[in-house]
Amino acid sequence: MELQAVLMAAGGGSRMPDLTYNTPKPMLPVGNKPLMWHPLNLLERVGFEEVIVITTKEVQKMMSTDPKMKDVKMKLDVVCIQEDGDMGTADALRHIQQKIKTDVLVVSCDLITDVALHEVVDLFRAHNATLAMLMSKAHDFTETVPGQKGKKKTGEQRDFVGVDQSGKRLLFMANEADLEDGLSIRKSIMRKHPRMHIKTGLVDAHLYCLKKAVVDFLADNKSISSIRGELLPYLVRKQFSKTTNCPKSKDDADDQTQKTADGSTNSTELLICSRDEPLLQLAQERSCWNDHRGDMSEAYHGGKLRCYVHIMDQGLCYRVNTLAAYIEANRLASKLLEEPAVHPSAVISERCQMGPDSIIGAQCQVADKTSIKRSTIGNSTTVKEKVKVTNSIIMHGVTIEEGCNIHGCVICSNAVIGRGADLKYCLVGNGQQIEAEGKHRLVSRF
Amino acid sequence: MAESGVTDGLCNTDDIERSKTEGKELTKEEKQRLRKEKKQQKKNKEKNDEKTSHEGEKKKNKKKKEEQPAGSASQPPAQPSPKAVPAPAPPPPAAAAVPVPASEAPAPADKPAKSKADLKAERRARQEAERASKGKKGDVGQPAPTGKLKAPPSELQPVVKRLPEHVQVDNPEVVKKLAKKLERQQIPLRSDYGYKVSLFSHLHQYSRKAPLTQQLGIPSTVIHPAIVRLGLQYSQGIVAGSNARSVALLHAFQQVIRDYTTPPNEELSRDLVNKLKPYISFLNQCRPLSASMGNAIKYIKKEISNIPSQCKEEEAKIKLLNCIERYINEKIVLAAKAIAKYSIEKISDGDVILVYGCSSLVNHILCEAFEKKRKFRVIVVDSRPRLEGREALRRLVQKGISCTYVLISAVSYILPEVSKVFLGAHALLANGYVMSRVGTSQIALVAKAFNVPVLVCCETYKFCERVQTDSFVSNELDDPDDLIVTRKGKTQLEHWQKVPSLGLLNLVYDVTPPDFVDLVITDLGMIPCTSVPVVLRVKNVDQ
Repeated sequence: MELQAVLMAAGGGSRMPDLTYNTPKPMLPVGNKPLMWHPLNLLERVGFEEVIVITTKEVQKMMSTDPKMKDVKMKLDVVCIQEDGDMGTADALRHIQQKIKTDVLVVSCDLITDVALHEVVDLFRAHNATLAMLMSKAHDFTETVPGQKGKKKTGEQRDFVGVDQSGKRLLFMANEADLEDGLSIRKSIMRKHPRMHIKTGLVDAHLYCLKKAVVDFLADNKSISSIRGELLPYLVRKQFSKTTNCPKSKDDADDQTQKTADGSTNSTELLICSRDEPLLQLAQERSCWNDHRGDMSEAYHGGKLRCYVHIMDQGLCYRVNTLAAYIEANRLASKLLEEPAVHPSAVISERCQMGPDSIIGAQCQVADKTSIKRSTIGNSTTVKEKVKVTNSIIMHGVTIEEGCNIHGCVICSNAVIGRGADLKYCLVGNGQQIEAEGKHRLVSRF
Repeated sequence: MAESGVTDGLCNTDDIERSKTEGKELTKEEKQRLRKEKKQQKKNKEKNDEKTSHEGEKKKNKKKKEEQPAGSASQPPAQPSPKAVPAPAPPPPAAAAVPVPASEAPAPADKPAKSKADLKAERRARQEAERASKGKKGDVGQPAPTGKLKAPPSELQPVVKRLPEHVQVDNPEVVKKLAKKLERQQIPLRSDYGYKVSLFSHLHQYSRKAPLTQQLGIPSTVIHPAIVRLGLQYSQGIVAGSNARSVALLHAFQQVIRDYTTPPNEELSRDLVNKLKPYISFLNQCRPLSASMGNAIKYIKKEISNIPSQCKEEEAKIKLLNCIERYINEKIVLAAKAIAKYSIEKISDGDVILVYGCSSLVNHILCEAFEKKRKFRVIVVDSRPRLEGREALRRLVQKGISCTYVLISAVSYILPEVSKVFLGAHALLANGYVMSRVGTSQIALVAKAFNVPVLVCCETYKFCERVQTDSFVSNELDDPDDLIVTRKGKTQLEHWQKVPSLGLLNLVYDVTPPDFVDLVITDLGMIPCTSVPVVLRVKNVDQ
């Protein structure tokens, strides 16, 4: 077997508490399908037959009852972990180390993308890489986020990603938070890769191909708890460290005498480096290919640990971890899904005006003289007469009484919007009731 | 698999099927009986064929379905025997070998022919009249009538050489057959890219931006992951060079053998060979196989088939792995040492040696000679678009050899300084021609004009039984987009596809006639170019 897929669905959704306080993030509906259905669909389309899903008990229960999850034909091996949130992604990988038998493809549950996955995996295969990941050019979210007054400044820390001339080899990765006194690049990297492109506007898709040796390394190094935050920068730095580049016997002896304290880490660090068998070495020596030119070193500068990145410049790639991203994803979900936008069991009256990019869920009832544009309406929702819904996300089981005007809102499950309510850019929580004739702008109601 | 498919078609094997379904292991007698019955069936069918068709119209029809050997018009007596006819059999990846009456007869092809015998008889008579009036057509499609009459006794005919499919890309039937074969093996078909220059329209031309893995599922289950990786490395050029490709291929086969388990009711010697066939097709799709790879594959297949059936699986696997190690050691590593030893005798102090491109063997020789304290300097000639000379330059300079670097356009200016030319080879053909990187024949020609000796270094495992006198018949077309270059921000050829009268040609190989080559240095010694068939004969006798 070549690759095992692992879906990380235990995340809390800490950046959109309004939506996730009732529904766990993996089960938030996007395009009327649970959020975690989308990466699972991507894996299924590409040809995976089994996925290990790491999630919480609550999500597992919801998964077993959700009819959309039954559509997933792959075998899902669900591993539950505690919900206290102390377990990072790397900890989770360590937890399932026994199940991992080959190289692993880690996907996050909030990834919605239509990337051609073979681009990432080909980098992993062709260069015998230790890590291959996916990144995408970030799109600005232009829609007003409901419930927030004024445009929220991007207070998020930027990520600095350095790639080489070809744009495929990952040379440098750091978050602004870690770079207190400026961005410093080691001379050894500059000597090997004199031209480096540093990009900041990239979104990390949290899709990683990791060698099995990395999982074993994690098992030995219990201090690493997050893949993105700690493991990745470590691997990227390790590409250029001296120990991985001169594994000759003399140096080994020196290193080992000096670092006896970290004796265990030393040996497992060397394990990460793709220890090529002698035949592969012979083939590489005889091959007249080099990945760079201009200096005297062989292909890959003799480095055994290599990290690659595929940067998408076209196509969809969203990580649904903020409210703005959630809304954007819902907007585009209709493009991603192959199913018809209107579920066959929905009852839509003839005098309803429906835009082409709206999605109506199962068993909905939409009455006369309604207008639904650019919106997503969940299952079992009732929309009465003369309602105007634009640019909104209505989740399951919502009742919208007559004459409402809903623009740019997110209305969570089982809410009731009273007659004649006028909501603009509002966020209505689960089970809430908006009183009749209420007029709200940019309000979050819980 | 193909074999079981045939058994199903030949429904005389009910009891064997029963025993198979019951899970009983077929005993040796049953297997022999099965084989005999298959042969009998085939003979009966042929007899029926000949009864109903005097001239073997059916065979003509079948031939129309299959590809036509281009040169076969001149060999009517050697027309494919009835056994060979219904056996398109996965065309050999290497050009040399040829399917002897394969046991995988496509029985379905025979059956509809039989049932429409009467219509065929009428059509036959009409066609005979037409042909008699038109006279014998010497073209590709029509086998001569005399060939048919000789068909019945021609079961014992010698092996017929057929054109490999990879040089018949403009023949739609061949392409269809290939597509069918690939579908059967569950391997995606790689589509050609861009406009092909008409002289080379019979060859495949692929784009590097459309790898075969696009159409494969990601955790590849049909093809072993080591083979997928290898195919990717071939198509992206990460493993390039005849020796490197062979070594990488054998390494991948080692991993396949390690991960292989014999299914029940199968023999390792047969099943493993069948398992390797789709892998070889896949690698062929990624990049056409080289002659050295073809020979390596032949060797492996022979070794696998020679495994005695009573050998246990673990022993057999270890034996095969050792065979592979030994092959690489003998044919590549030790051969390189032997060739270096011979070549060093030919390098004297004060020599100016010209090399072309990056040949791993020539680089090895030069490095060895330098270590043995010979004083010489090297001129590295390079050519676009591959610019492999840079890599050769790097390796030689790293050792400390003083080098000059020129492009191939300067070769006639620099040759007066040169005392010898060392060339590497991709393959040595049976008529003494040297197949090597495109540009080699150019260098040899100019060197001949300047009376500079040309020495070709080549291991014996690269000798192949093919015969070629020009570079058109069989070659490889690389990605045409490699020729596009961006200078000062401008890419002139960026939209070459939109210009209807423009074609980009990126050839990979060319053949050098033996008149331009003065000596071939092999691990068996230093031989003239024309002695290649002798070596081949000696090798075959050995084996």
